[in-house]
Amino acid sequence: MPKVNSPAELEKLRKGILSKRDPDKPCIAVCTGTGCLALGADRVVVALKEEIKKHGLEDKVDIKETGCPGFCERGTVVVIYPEEICYLRVQPEDAGEIISQTILAKKVVDRLLYVDPTTGEKAVRESEIPFYKNQMRLIIGNNIKLDPKSIDDYLVLGGYSALAKALSQMPPEQVLEEVKKSNLRGRGGGGFPAGRKWEECRNAPGEARYVIVNADEGDPGAFMDRALLEGNPHSVLEGLIIGAYAIGSHEGYIYVRQEYPLAIENVTFAIKQAEEYGFLGENILGSGFDFTVKMHRGAGAFVSGESSALMTAIEGRVGEPRPKYIHTAVKGVRDRPSCLNNVETWANVPLIINKGADWFAGIGTEGSKGTKIFSLVGKVNNTGLVEVPMGITLRDVIYRVGGGIPGSKKFKAVQTGGPSGGCIPEEQLDMPVDFDELARAGSMMGSGGMIVMDEDTCMVDVARYFLDFLSDESCGKCVPCREGIRQMLKILTNISKGKGKEGDIELLEELAEVTRDASLCALGRTSANPVMSTIHYFRDEYEAHIKEKRCPAYVCKALISYYIDPEKCQACMICLRQCPVGAIVGDKNQIHVIDQEKCTKCGTCFEVCPPRFSAVRRISGEPVPPPVPEEARMIARESKEK
Amino acid sequence: MSEITLQIDGRKVQAKEGMTILEAAQSVGISIPTLCHHEKLEPYGACRICTVEIEARGRTNLVAACLYPVEQNLVVRTRSEKVDKTRKMLLELLLAHAPDAVALQDLAKEYGADKARFEKESSFCILCGLCVRYCAEVKKKNAIGFVDRGARREVAFIPEIASKECENCKECFPLCPTEALQATFLLTKALMSPSPTCDSE
Repeated sequence: MPKVNSPAELEKLRKGILSKRDPDKPCIAVCTGTGCLALGADRVVVALKEEIKKHGLEDKVDIKETGCPGFCERGTVVVIYPEEICYLRVQPEDAGEIISQTILAKKVVDRLLYVDPTTGEKAVRESEIPFYKNQMRLIIGNNIKLDPKSIDDYLVLGGYSALAKALSQMPPEQVLEEVKKSNLRGRGGGGFPAGRKWEECRNAPGEARYVIVNADEGDPGAFMDRALLEGNPHSVLEGLIIGAYAIGSHEGYIYVRQEYPLAIENVTFAIKQAEEYGFLGENILGSGFDFTVKMHRGAGAFVSGESSALMTAIEGRVGEPRPKYIHTAVKGVRDRPSCLNNVETWANVPLIINKGADWFAGIGTEGSKGTKIFSLVGKVNNTGLVEVPMGITLRDVIYRVGGGIPGSKKFKAVQTGGPSGGCIPEEQLDMPVDFDELARAGSMMGSGGMIVMDEDTCMVDVARYFLDFLSDESCGKCVPCREGIRQMLKILTNISKGKGKEGDIELLEELAEVTRDASLCALGRTSANPVMSTIHYFRDEYEAHIKEKRCPAYVCKALISYYIDPEKCQACMICLRQCPVGAIVGDKNQIHVIDQEKCTKCGTCFEVCPPRFSAVRRISGEPVPPPVPEEARMIARESKEK
Repeated sequence: MSEITLQIDGRKVQAKEGMTILEAAQSVGISIPTLCHHEKLEPYGACRICTVEIEARGRTNLVAACLYPVEQNLVVRTRSEKVDKTRKMLLELLLAHAPDAVALQDLAKEYGADKARFEKESSFCILCGLCVRYCAEVKKKNAIGFVDRGARREVAFIPEIASKECENCKECFPLCPTEALQATFLLTKALMSPSPTCDSE
């Protein structure tokens, strides 16, 4: 591939690629992002290829292995162009029907379509599915349309036109002004205005300066950065190059966590392609601007996502945060000015340059512009990645996009922002989602994780769970974070084991305050959020655990018991057979009784007891009634004779 | 280096650009407690005992005095209700690990810290890192280092290096704010640990 030497050459190249592509030629796009791959997407691809070969359609149908379109809950996702027919939960066995019916006979395979669980209506196109319809997919929307290993696919969709525009028509200052005017805020958690960070880095003294992509997405449950890097790596790269141009940097890093092998593979490939095409290297598009980028693999620490820790890791040392009284934009990697932004932040930049700051600022709220991708997970029907405009209400995200809570359960809380985010209750659901509103509610935007919890979730247990994660992932350098989290976790564990004491809530609050105010980095400063927010909104649950030794959600094992109601038990033997520890005594026509000493409280009996009997009860905060005496356990049945 | 004027505890203090709040305070005899700070070592900011309250750009904040660079017109309070409360809690957290350390007990008296507030976890080490950093920065030997992270973080001698370097040095021992005996114990433990050899049967 000869190098592209000017914006004009780029347009010529783009036209050339387009002229060779027939827009009416059928193309089967199969998501091969990590989620769908885990569900067997690679086998779907193989099966489709075999079917195509069987029908001799090799020249008539394209297969595209794409990145993640977000609807992971219904993977493997397949979209067939040009009609945009969307098939969900596709298995390798479906390949024959897809080729013979949809490709050859132009018929839709009904059973692979999305069915609305409430109305029963089927949706043929992606854009008709409520999960997608209620999103605004500016960043992630292209994932299903391109093969991440094909730079040509990216060019067909207008790729690198923003870079060409910036380099040929805008001096660096103007690019910077545009990003500042757009009010793009950092998607990685803090929400610091990207333009201001760029400007600070640009104006910092020193010759060399760096630009860095933070792809150390350590939050369990959040995977939007992975999806972007895996699915559309060039969009991130293009944003980074534009940023480097605006800041005056000639060297960049993409820091990807080791646990994302496919992202590492696709980014490495994309860098190589961009170098071949001349979007990286010397004299990019004939502008005189030079820029190179290196891939750096993380070594598996949550805290390395913190900017100063990440930079320490790039230097080859243990990823521990350092104080940022002097910003990393001024003194970062090797004490040089370093501008670090999150994957999603960089991916927004080409859009802002192409469509303008005013367009971008027209989306969202007063203080938060554009869209945000959330990982919608937990007790919600449509789990996956959702991209919505800032300012959408939590209720719309959970109910309109997410399709509500499964199993007619009641919503309890949504945890936003990753392990150090907070839990937001029902009464706040109509709150518009943006950086400032989430912070006001005691949570944060953070990584963009969104975990929906229903009535079966214990909020003390949730706080304990996240503190347990943080106590492992804190670097352990500063006292308030290391020791504060240790003690908070101890207290929470005690409460959930029924050993809570009067004064525990107050001590938690005191510890939370010191940890928040005195910790060295953002991990420590936000680590108390799960505790603070659950105490704030669910104090009654804490009190029930401490005072009544009762877990209202029946989660904390030390505080619950299972009991078979002798009036209801029909001695059907189901629970008795399924109990994994043989704790249920009984026989045919003999009322079953749980041996409380043996019971491990796994809840199997509760789940398997037929609903028409509903004999197994959960008990918390009160003693288990004594078992029926053995001699009184016989069930006198009416004669079955006809 | 330009002169900077700031205010510490109501006093006007002259400082040079690049100095920390701690250095500026010490230069006029205002004392701020420290545990992980040492003149010969790079500022570390781990113990947070030197936390002070600052007012800058209309906002009040808690910062580590050993790290925060002086600014023109910065207002610093080395004691306030909030500062004292923070230091008291930090001391109580550390006393759970080293209840009898003299350095901690003196400070505990000053700030009313209760050494029995948290359940004892006597590791005798408060992870100030003085030994680790002294060995790395001054002696450039790295015979002692941090192991693991988070709540499991601890200090350990590296047997291969320690067996060669430590016997004639031991300069880190008196730096330990909790108990030099602790260092002796750790060193002995490291040197006693069997070297990995293959058992042949």
